[in-house]
Amino acid sequence: MSEVKTEQVEGLKLTEDMFQRIGKDEKDYDKIVRPSLTYWADAWRRLKENKLAIMSLIILIVVVVMAFIGPLMRPWAYDDQDFTAINKAPDSVHWFGTDDLGRDIFVRCWDGAKISLFVALISTIINVTIGVVYGGISGYVGGRTDLIMMRIIEIIYSIPVLLWVILLMVVLGQGLGTIILAISITGWGGMARIVRGQVLQLKQMEFVLAAQTLGADTSRIILKHLIPNAMGPIIINLTFQVPGAIFTEAMLSYIGLGIPEPTASWGTLAEKGTKMLLIHPYQLLYPALLISITMLAFNILGDGLRDSLDPRLRQ
Amino acid sequence: MLKYTLKRALMAILTIWVVVTITFFLMNSIPGDPFTDQKKIPPEIMEKLEKKYGLDQPLVVQYGKYLKNILKGDLGDSMKYKNRSVNSIIEEGFPVSFKVGMLAIIFAAVVGITFGTIAGLNRAKFFDFLVIILAVIGVSVPSFVFAALFQYVFGVKLKWFPVARWGTPAHYVMPVLALGIGYVAYIARMMRTSMLDVLNQDYIRTARAKGLSSTQVTWRHTIRNAILPIVTILGVSIAGIVVGSFVIENIFAIPGIGKHFVQSITHQDYTLIMGTTVFYAVILVVMMFLIDIFYGIVDPRIRLE
Repeated sequence: MSEVKTEQVEGLKLTEDMFQRIGKDEKDYDKIVRPSLTYWADAWRRLKENKLAIMSLIILIVVVVMAFIGPLMRPWAYDDQDFTAINKAPDSVHWFGTDDLGRDIFVRCWDGAKISLFVALISTIINVTIGVVYGGISGYVGGRTDLIMMRIIEIIYSIPVLLWVILLMVVLGQGLGTIILAISITGWGGMARIVRGQVLQLKQMEFVLAAQTLGADTSRIILKHLIPNAMGPIIINLTFQVPGAIFTEAMLSYIGLGIPEPTASWGTLAEKGTKMLLIHPYQLLYPALLISITMLAFNILGDGLRDSLDPRLRQ
Repeated sequence: MLKYTLKRALMAILTIWVVVTITFFLMNSIPGDPFTDQKKIPPEIMEKLEKKYGLDQPLVVQYGKYLKNILKGDLGDSMKYKNRSVNSIIEEGFPVSFKVGMLAIIFAAVVGITFGTIAGLNRAKFFDFLVIILAVIGVSVPSFVFAALFQYVFGVKLKWFPVARWGTPAHYVMPVLALGIGYVAYIARMMRTSMLDVLNQDYIRTARAKGLSSTQVTWRHTIRNAILPIVTILGVSIAGIVVGSFVIENIFAIPGIGKHFVQSITHQDYTLIMGTTVFYAVILVVMMFLIDIFYGIVDPRIRLE
């Protein structure tokens, strides 16, 4: 009503040119309003909604950071002995207590984290590289090559990886390098199988045909077209490979085939802790807790990544 | 089915042969032998020892002899334990390891399948979340941590079960639990996923539409189909449990072959290492073979691949 009043007061005349049509323009229907999301941005958006996965990611970052700054927070090195404090329960001086040689368990735990994560990282990188190349060739070339390559994996895999690793450790002797080597030359089969499965699906797609028509050679098609498109499953498998490697290292060290003293890894710490379990349970508590939390975080993050990178698998 | 069985059998034999060959050449590539660290052995005796174990002959001859002996089921003599054959050590240790392993597998399968089924049927309800949480924890915590935890809580604090050693049924409880718990988690999780897969199938809707009771749908249609993939997982689990027993036998001081295997490595007792590896390989490959055949019978589609 007020509008009518003003009109009357001002004596305004309404002409047609004062109006503009603001209805929907048909051209606008095709306009993309929001920026288009790439596959990765979309996956990240989905992952961000998964609070547990993000928490795991943060925990893993904290563990990695602590692996570097943890040992520097206390005045001892991993093999320094404090003879005034042997088998001492956790207190304000030795935060996680000391072992039977008076070494600070807090420092050893984080130094061990560095070693365990290093083993896991390097062996995973090697595993992934071999697995991707092997699986890529097997899947893309197909036919008899594929058959033979897959049979080889089947033979290797009918014997548990840990048994191979132990055999190799016997031959190569103990040490950080041999653990990494042993885990890497036995652990790539799972990745190879996944990549092969992906490549088998993808090579039927039109864009591969297009690339072939344009004259791209096999290695270019595998590396530039097939692998990038199989990246989702590869990353998912990778997040499960890392805890697998940590696990293997811990198992090996636990049965006395791992990294020799005085170097600390989570496995050796847990092994020492178990011996002291009945008298000083805290010596096992911290390494065991660290291994378990890290594995848990990797597993939850892996699950989260699977949900976000491959929505079809979501259940 | 015959073609499938033959193919699988051939594959199994090939696998065993590859393992035997790789083990043999790996062991022979190690510099030194169990006699090198005992410095006071006179050359004549050394010669005799080498002759006894056939170490003086060329590698190919040794390999041929080894293969022949394995075909006869003879794994040779231990180099560390005087006058004991590898066979006798395995005969002594294997029944113990087998009992622990079998009980662990049965425990893992029964509890895992039950939990997974109930979780799958009650999707997104309390029990489902409980199973998911337990499954993630079970997969993440190493078996030796569980073992130590059980020893401390049930053995030392509550005194329900003996902490270690072997003998009465009470000694079985903690090793079997520690060995099986990771696989309970793994199987429960797979069973749950498999249940959810099957529940989405059209034939379940058809079965309901026919007017079958929900018990019949669950037992005859859902569980029966969902359990199929678990059979293959059992194969993997058997392998894992066998290897897992190395650690568990060590912790609980169980006189099985796992313990001998680990000791043979520290003692550099090559014949024993080779013997136990080959023995493990045969057991595992035969298990896998049986599971493949069983799977071929229950799921005819697999034979066509």
